[in-house]
Amino acid sequence: MTAPPSGSGDFSKRDERWQIRVRGLQKTFGPQHVLRGVDLDIERGRTNIVIGGSGQGKSVLMKHLMGLLKPDAGQIWVDGEDIVPLGTQQMGRLRRKFGMVFQYAALFDSMNVVENIAFPLIERYHLSRGEIMERVRDLLKRLDLAGVTGIEEKFPPQLSGGQRKRVGLARALIDRPEILLYDEPTTGLDPVAAKNVDEMISRTADDFGVTSVVISHDMASTFRIGDRISMLAGGKIIVSGTSEEVLASRLPELREFVETSGVAAAAAGAHP
Amino acid sequence: MSTASVEGPSEPQLGVGAALIEAALSPVRGIFSYIGEHALLLWLALAALFRKPFRLRLFLEQMEFVGVGSLTIIVLVGFFSGAVSAQQAIAALRIFNQERFVGATVGLSLAQELAPVFTALMIAARAGSGMATELGSMRITEQIDALTTFAVDPVQYLITPRIVATVLMMPIMTMVFNIVGLFGAYLYAIFLEHIDLGQFIEQFTYWTDPKDYIIGAVKSAVFGVTLSVAACYQGFNVRGGAKEVGLATTQAVVAGSVSVLVSDYFLIDIFHILWPYKS
Repeated sequence: MTAPPSGSGDFSKRDERWQIRVRGLQKTFGPQHVLRGVDLDIERGRTNIVIGGSGQGKSVLMKHLMGLLKPDAGQIWVDGEDIVPLGTQQMGRLRRKFGMVFQYAALFDSMNVVENIAFPLIERYHLSRGEIMERVRDLLKRLDLAGVTGIEEKFPPQLSGGQRKRVGLARALIDRPEILLYDEPTTGLDPVAAKNVDEMISRTADDFGVTSVVISHDMASTFRIGDRISMLAGGKIIVSGTSEEVLASRLPELREFVETSGVAAAAAGAHP
Repeated sequence: MSTASVEGPSEPQLGVGAALIEAALSPVRGIFSYIGEHALLLWLALAALFRKPFRLRLFLEQMEFVGVGSLTIIVLVGFFSGAVSAQQAIAALRIFNQERFVGATVGLSLAQELAPVFTALMIAARAGSGMATELGSMRITEQIDALTTFAVDPVQYLITPRIVATVLMMPIMTMVFNIVGLFGAYLYAIFLEHIDLGQFIEQFTYWTDPKDYIIGAVKSAVFGVTLSVAACYQGFNVRGGAKEVGLATTQAVVAGSVSVLVSDYFLIDIFHILWPYKS
């Protein structure tokens, strides 16, 4: 098992292995001390999963990675750049590195599928309609959505849960981000749809070469797709490592989480 | 023991005093905080108006929603408000045998009061509630967060067009209310009460001035600010789920309507100092 990362070395240089480094992150909402000094390293080009129970601050942590929230204390480096002190404009530039897939896709209700996917391009560049449509259709094909009848003109309420996730992923991918953040991607899906989403995440990581950060409490999914797993509990990362290393941990919080989820045996089988 | 007996009674007294001060200050602080947060949202929305990118389509969409979308209800309410005003005015004027003044009475009350206020209340109920619901739903389904992830300022994208569209459409809708209301009054007075058409028009044109319509238009634009800011604030700041969105919608209509009536009182005072009534 790898110990949770700690220390405060010089992270102001781009590191070939670690794309995002978080140290001593703290966040309080009123009386709630949600993050109590999070240390986390995100590995470049791999699928990094942060697990933890409900209300442990996983989504809060993810929002910090993208600069949607400012921490009370602590630092976050993305490719060697400390993002905490960045202003609105600089943060806007930094966010182009990121794509985010929201828990329930967060598609814009007033726009159809094409308008949703093309939104980042329309907002950021002056591309012709032809160029935009070419990129949208390419993504629809790569995410197995091109075969759905009339998909381009459909509005979000007309899509199934799985289709919505894919359209959300397409929107996150359209501007070719380096880092993809997934917030509870399998929540609300049946086991088959959840497995499909897992495959989609793995394939996206391979096909597009992106760094994936997945926030999840779905242990089955975690052990299926995770290259590196970290557990958030009590406002801190208590363990980080490969799935084998995490499974071998004797930490009571982790043991309880793994055993309750009922995937320990399956995961052990998958990673002998 | 003795120290404890001396300190014992004094502590609750201080506590009561502090509690009383707190109880007295709390509503005041609440009102200032409420106004301050709305003013801040308005300031951010206006500042964003002059910053690139300019998304004309969003402004036109909102103008269509606030204006064209509210046209039917404004025409309906305007017509019957005018007719009812004529009915009441004739009933009162008949006591003095002065029914001929009905055109002037209805024209004046529509221009300065009824048209801007009723239009604002209708827009607050229809468009204001719609804004709060839409923004609230966008907030709880993380669509507003999604905008931020694409480096789009949600205030500039969502709030600025709604406020500007409401401010621009309110005077136009108020004029529609005026015209339809006067038509309703005309139909009632001429065809049902058999008031002389010449006197109706003569008294109306003599007693009403363009300034009455300017006052109405300026008031309606100010109402447009207050009701749209109230609606956007409620929707934009929703936290929770569907229940909170419903609550925000109710609050938007209540806050919007109250803000219209309160600002109306102060505006009419200001305008009557600037432009006293014709005597």
